[in-house]
Amino acid sequence: MSGAINQVSRPSQVNDFVVRFANVNGTGSASANFLFAKAIFRMGIPVTPKNIFPSNIQGLPTWYEVRVSEKGYLGRREGIDLVVAVNAQSFEKDIQSVRAGGYLIYDSTKKMHNNLIREDIHYLGIPMMEMCNTHFTDPRQRQLFKNIIYVGALSVLLSIEFEVLETLLAEQFAGKEKLIAPNIKALKLGANYVLEQFQYPLDFHLQRRDLVKSKILVDGNTACGLGAVYGGATVVAWYPITPSTSVAEAFDKFAGKLRVDKVTGKKNYAIVQAEDELAAIGMVIGANWNGARSFTATSGPGVSLMNEFIGLSYFAEVPAVLVDVQRAGPSTGMPTRTQQSDVLLAAYASHGDTKHILLFPSTPKECFELTAKSFELAEYLQTLVVLMTDLDLGMNDHMSEPFEWDDNHEYNRGKVLTEEELENMGRYGRYLDVDGDGIPYRTIPGTHPTKGGFTTRGTSRDEYAAYTEDNKAYQRNMERLLAKWETARELVPAPEVYHEANQHNFGILFYGTSTYSSEEAKDILEAKGIGLDAVRIKAFPFNATVKDFIASHQQVFVIEQNRDAQLRSLLMMDLSIAPEKLVPVLNFDGMPITADFIAKSIASHLFQEKHLQHDLYQTHI
Amino acid sequence: MTYIKPIFRHPKLPKNKIGYTLKEYEGAISNLCAGCGHDSISTAIVQACFDLSIEPHKVAKISGIGCSSKTPAFFLGNSHGFNSVHGRMPSVATGANLANKDLVYFGVSGDGDTASIGMGQFVHAIRRNVNMVYLVMNNGCYGLTKGQDSATADQGSKSKAGSINPFQPVDLASLAVELGATFVAQSFSGDKGQLVPLIKAAIHHKGFAFINVISPCVTFNNNVGSTKSYDYVREHMEMTSKLDFVPQESEIKVDYEEGEIAQVTMHDGTRLQLHKLENEWDPKDRLSAMNAIQRARAKEEIITGLLYVETRFGDLHDILGTSDIPLNKLTAKELNPGGAALVEINNGFN
Ligand SMILES: Cc1ncc(C[n+]2csc(CCOP(=O)(O)OP(=O)(O)O)c2C)c(N)n1
Ligand code: SF4
Ligand SMILES: [Mg+2]
Repeated sequence: MSGAINQVSRPSQVNDFVVRFANVNGTGSASANFLFAKAIFRMGIPVTPKNIFPSNIQGLPTWYEVRVSEKGYLGRREGIDLVVAVNAQSFEKDIQSVRAGGYLIYDSTKKMHNNLIREDIHYLGIPMMEMCNTHFTDPRQRQLFKNIIYVGALSVLLSIEFEVLETLLAEQFAGKEKLIAPNIKALKLGANYVLEQFQYPLDFHLQRRDLVKSKILVDGNTACGLGAVYGGATVVAWYPITPSTSVAEAFDKFAGKLRVDKVTGKKNYAIVQAEDELAAIGMVIGANWNGARSFTATSGPGVSLMNEFIGLSYFAEVPAVLVDVQRAGPSTGMPTRTQQSDVLLAAYASHGDTKHILLFPSTPKECFELTAKSFELAEYLQTLVVLMTDLDLGMNDHMSEPFEWDDNHEYNRGKVLTEEELENMGRYGRYLDVDGDGIPYRTIPGTHPTKGGFTTRGTSRDEYAAYTEDNKAYQRNMERLLAKWETARELVPAPEVYHEANQHNFGILFYGTSTYSSEEAKDILEAKGIGLDAVRIKAFPFNATVKDFIASHQQVFVIEQNRDAQLRSLLMMDLSIAPEKLVPVLNFDGMPITADFIAKSIASHLFQEKHLQHDLYQTHI
Repeated sequence: MTYIKPIFRHPKLPKNKIGYTLKEYEGAISNLCAGCGHDSISTAIVQACFDLSIEPHKVAKISGIGCSSKTPAFFLGNSHGFNSVHGRMPSVATGANLANKDLVYFGVSGDGDTASIGMGQFVHAIRRNVNMVYLVMNNGCYGLTKGQDSATADQGSKSKAGSINPFQPVDLASLAVELGATFVAQSFSGDKGQLVPLIKAAIHHKGFAFINVISPCVTFNNNVGSTKSYDYVREHMEMTSKLDFVPQESEIKVDYEEGEIAQVTMHDGTRLQLHKLENEWDPKDRLSAMNAIQRARAKEEIITGLLYVETRFGDLHDILGTSDIPLNKLTAKELNPGGAALVEINNGFN
């Protein structure tokens, strides 16, 4: 069914396309699809794989999207060039998802219904099931190798180097070498079928490059878990919830290798699966209070449960680190989709006047670095630090700069008094602002026999931690906490400003996983003559650079992945910015934001506000 | 108003083995109601720690919220305390314990704090056998919120306002035995003679040591018809045994008739010597402990003393296999794998 179609084919494109796999989850497709993505990466070409998966263990539709971009754009792109549709359940929808002029690979063992034929796409039928049944006897292999067969077919259609696939299989099955040969056999079945039946390569395909260099392909949760090992976390308490589970699992895995005493075999860490998120954060606060670096990882529902304890951390000034891998909404289902929708929840979690430090990593490398950094900040500022990642960053593999650690860096445990310091000082006051930065001195239980002991409480205490319900003492303490907040403002990571001097009237502002697509949108718009300055936020509270950036532009587009423009609200509240200065650009359907969407939203706003001429807006972007 | 005691030391005050006077184990002056059972328990804790010559700062006191949870401020003033949030003391204590296995952990809670809002965390701290003393000051009501029935109020017990509690009570001691707590005792705030050795034994127990102490609330639940009043408890107490706590280095003096004595050797070699008053009961047998509790209940008695002890199991640190050095004492040297290890890790991702 391939052949002529009613569509002008696009000029041949190298290293610039999107492939989507439509599978049934639980059928082993994930590792085959990853093999495909990894092979492209090994050919030195920038690649971004994204899993779009159901909240289910087996049997529901699942998709895997791979974007290949010579220019190194790592955001999701609209317009799917090729769909591998091997899920009968979603088949109709999958056919519709191919762009006009694109390709559909499907299992032609059973004849396809005529009413499923679209005139404007190419159909490449491969009898995958039949091939499996002919060549393999084991029922599990028959299912698994269907996936490998289509990877083999793609290798010819898109010019993947076969040796790269062989190497990857050899690495994957090191120690289980028996499995290599049948996998290669399946790859070849697919490849040979294409060689015999179709024209190849397709009008878009791959060509080896050297664009990857030392970069790694890794997910953000792995990076967070590793960052916590490097950051010196010793007590981890967690409760399973997608998409955060793999943070604790990664910590456990790395600590199991890197943190076990060689002589005694004992562990230099403790990890506890708590009974719920309340207990998880309670353990984290107890451990930090007692002088250990401790963290938990969760998602929105867990943060909701943790609210009371989060306030305690703020008021009692106990350090704590919380990784929030954000997802879409409550319950089950959409939660396996991505969003940046916990920003306000996390920033103001708990009762009373509270606000919390948020860090926004946007790459796995930053997940690693900022997780490690959050322990320093939490201890130095004696408060909760929330690392705000999301499902897209946490669970998808991203091409990232490699992890690095400066061996000269020493842990900064903040203002903690030692036994000698306590011995040689006058009266100790836990909540005294000795240095004028709002940060008081801590003591750890067990330090000194007669000095430095006190009872930690939420409120109702004076500078010496003695119980009091005096209103003035309460107010003084709240004001000191505010002074501490101002100290934090310049201690947290500074934003990344893309141009030293601001050149344009309009700016864009973004954070976390909106970064890749925002950068790409900026290029798209620039090519159309619309110049924009850009800033990437890395932390809340916002430091002075953010305020300056906004002040020096007529308007700033705030790009984020939630319905209510949450970071925009935060900017308005924290920096007293007039609402009309900040224009929201919002994607909140649970799919990662795309550059096209951003570019169109911005262009349309500028057009409506008459900053853009009609014809410029009309150009296809 | 703050409550800081004037420091006055009588030169002749007796000192314990490590040179501290009883005063050095006291805390701020209590601001609970005069006659509140909780204050007597604080005094018993002070006595037990003094007797055991525990360095005051080697104790961490953690509580939830309630009148009972305020007491850590009123004993061991040189120790760190943490008046945390309602019902969540067990998790805070678990985290603190994981951070430093070398301190003595006192978890102080109320019946509201434990048997209602904190039930889940109580259960799971038992499951994990966290090495701590978990002491519930049980008055059958919510003192701090002005006298509502708690989940431990007995069915038919009358409140001060005159209403009768229609619900079944949660029996914390039998629940603890059922869940596998490795040390379970029950006592009465008015019986210091029994409470002090029980606290000492609990401190020496390696693992989760639960003491449910009936502690009358004089303001809201000490009326006629209440089953948690001083009078009622005094009349209905039935003891399992008389307990002697024998420190590691002391010899056992056998004062009792053969056959009435039960001995338990703790993890660290100290011994509990129990003069049994209840015949069909063996402190090391979970089933007989359950039976003793149920027998007493059927007779509308409150059984007190040590109910059950199991010394063969390791605590949470043993289960997790953590290092002998407390985790909070480890430095970057032990904790940070360094830049070189990252090279290999990076190689795994390219
Ligand atoms: C989350 C939360 N809910 C409710 C309260 C109000 N509250 C304070 S103490 C208490 C009950 C305390 O009862 P109990 O633990 O038996 O202690 P008691 O005062 O009787 O010693 C309640 C409900 C609170 N502090 N926090
Ligand atoms: S209200 Fe009851 S429990 Fe609270 S302090 Fe007074 S007597 Fe004690
Ligand atoms: Mg009570």
